[in-house]
Amino acid sequence: MSSGAVDPVDSDLVGPASDEAMQVIPLRHPWTWAASVLVVLVAAGVAWSVATNPAFQWPVVAQYFFDGQILAGLRRTLELTVAAMALGLVLGTALAVMRLSDNKLLSTLSWLYIWFFRSVPVLVQLIFWYNFGALYAHITLALPWGTVLYSASTNDVITPLTAALTGLGLAQAAYTAEVIRAGILSVAPGQTRAAKALGMGPVTIFIRIVFPQAMRVIIPPVGNEVISMVKGTSLVSVIAMADLLYTAQLIYARTYETIPLLIVASLWYLAIVSVLSVAQHALERHYGRGA
Amino acid sequence: MVRIRGLRKRFGEKEVLCGIDMDVRPGSVMCIIGPSGSGKSTLLSCINHLERIDGGTMWVGGELVGYREQAGKLYELPERKVAGMRARIGMVFQHFNLFPHMTVLRNIIEAPIRVKRVPAAQARAKALLLLDRVGLADKAAAFPSQLSGGQQQRVAIARALAMEPQLMLFDEPTSALDPELVGEVLAVMRDLAASGMTMMVVTHELAFAREVGDDLVFMADGRVVERGSPRTLLASPREPRTREFLSRVL
Repeated sequence: MSSGAVDPVDSDLVGPASDEAMQVIPLRHPWTWAASVLVVLVAAGVAWSVATNPAFQWPVVAQYFFDGQILAGLRRTLELTVAAMALGLVLGTALAVMRLSDNKLLSTLSWLYIWFFRSVPVLVQLIFWYNFGALYAHITLALPWGTVLYSASTNDVITPLTAALTGLGLAQAAYTAEVIRAGILSVAPGQTRAAKALGMGPVTIFIRIVFPQAMRVIIPPVGNEVISMVKGTSLVSVIAMADLLYTAQLIYARTYETIPLLIVASLWYLAIVSVLSVAQHALERHYGRGA
Repeated sequence: MVRIRGLRKRFGEKEVLCGIDMDVRPGSVMCIIGPSGSGKSTLLSCINHLERIDGGTMWVGGELVGYREQAGKLYELPERKVAGMRARIGMVFQHFNLFPHMTVLRNIIEAPIRVKRVPAAQARAKALLLLDRVGLADKAAAFPSQLSGGQQQRVAIARALAMEPQLMLFDEPTSALDPELVGEVLAVMRDLAASGMTMMVVTHELAFAREVGDDLVFMADGRVVERGSPRTLLASPREPRTREFLSRVL
């Protein structure tokens, strides 16, 4: 302190006279409360208007909600989502591991696959697989010297279902591969070093050490992918497969009850995504252990 | 136990180990000191083949690690085969590298069960004994994130010991610890040395090297500058490089 400065006076440093511990009041947010009340009122108003507007045709919604055709479409949507996603995850994991491999051949192949299947629109891929019979009439698996192991007419193998699964699954694998690769890269290199030092082989290290830790990073974006797949399956309407949305469209094309049937489909999508969100939360908790 | 001749290692253009010769007798403790970037840690990583070598030979317990000799050449072995050799060499890292998604017990029994096919009950009993030995018997069910740095490093030592290694490598085991936690880790290492374990310790703890080490090596710029008994070397270093380093850290 410079010589000219006056010594600080006691009362500048010591606060109020009382030595008693004082009550601590956290910062209050009165406007949040006011805004919340406003939001609830507006929401109630919108809900009331939607519920009482006869143009929404709620009785029609109720009539079709458990309709046999709709439920069959719902089932098809769920089947396609599960099967295509399973294919996407298994193939995507393999592609991610290949992409990260030291082996130049494997990583290049994986790069090419991801590049191609992410570039071509899924709609085009679906139509391509559906019309595969026009390009190759027969699918034949043969050894180099001519012994035929398997041969079939393409039209017997490629049904709308197999075309849909191939198209959706192969495209999904390309996206999932990148998500899984990001997850694997997020695991600290020291983890692999420690596992190697303990004598673990590459497969054990991947399954027991790297993958479980990568899951924490992988699950949220894969949850996203699953949800887009639920709705993305509606693309299969182009190859004449009746999923949930296409079924609703088929019905309203006949009855002209467009809005109520779209509401039926949307309510089912909301229900599916709600269940998936709960499942995602449970998975995240499982893989978040120890963090 | 360890015999290193003419070991060379490059990272790109930079040669980080320029012909290292070293012998570690069974049951002895060798401490390695030196400025950062001198190649100490790389040397340890080469011993259990976490890093490829670019020249020289290296035996652990009479066996080449990571390579097969044929007609005067060394052929690198596939990772699966190297894994079996690494299992006999324990390693403790500066940053512990415990598996965060596993409990302390699981961290210790994972490798014995997966690599050595030890029955689970037996591995568990052994792990609890080891935890007791490092003073953490009550932490078996904890996750690593619930432990202090010193406790994590002691678990890491127990984890390495569970594989019943012939040799233990310590790569700056106390450098990432708060000062008040260094003592508990060094105490465990001191016990281990007293039990006759062969150890190579890269460290900045000169007091530990003096007290526990049988041999001391001073490395700089990828070379062994000076070696000898810890007391002599620390008290009266011959090389100017060593003197300069010691004057800065003491």
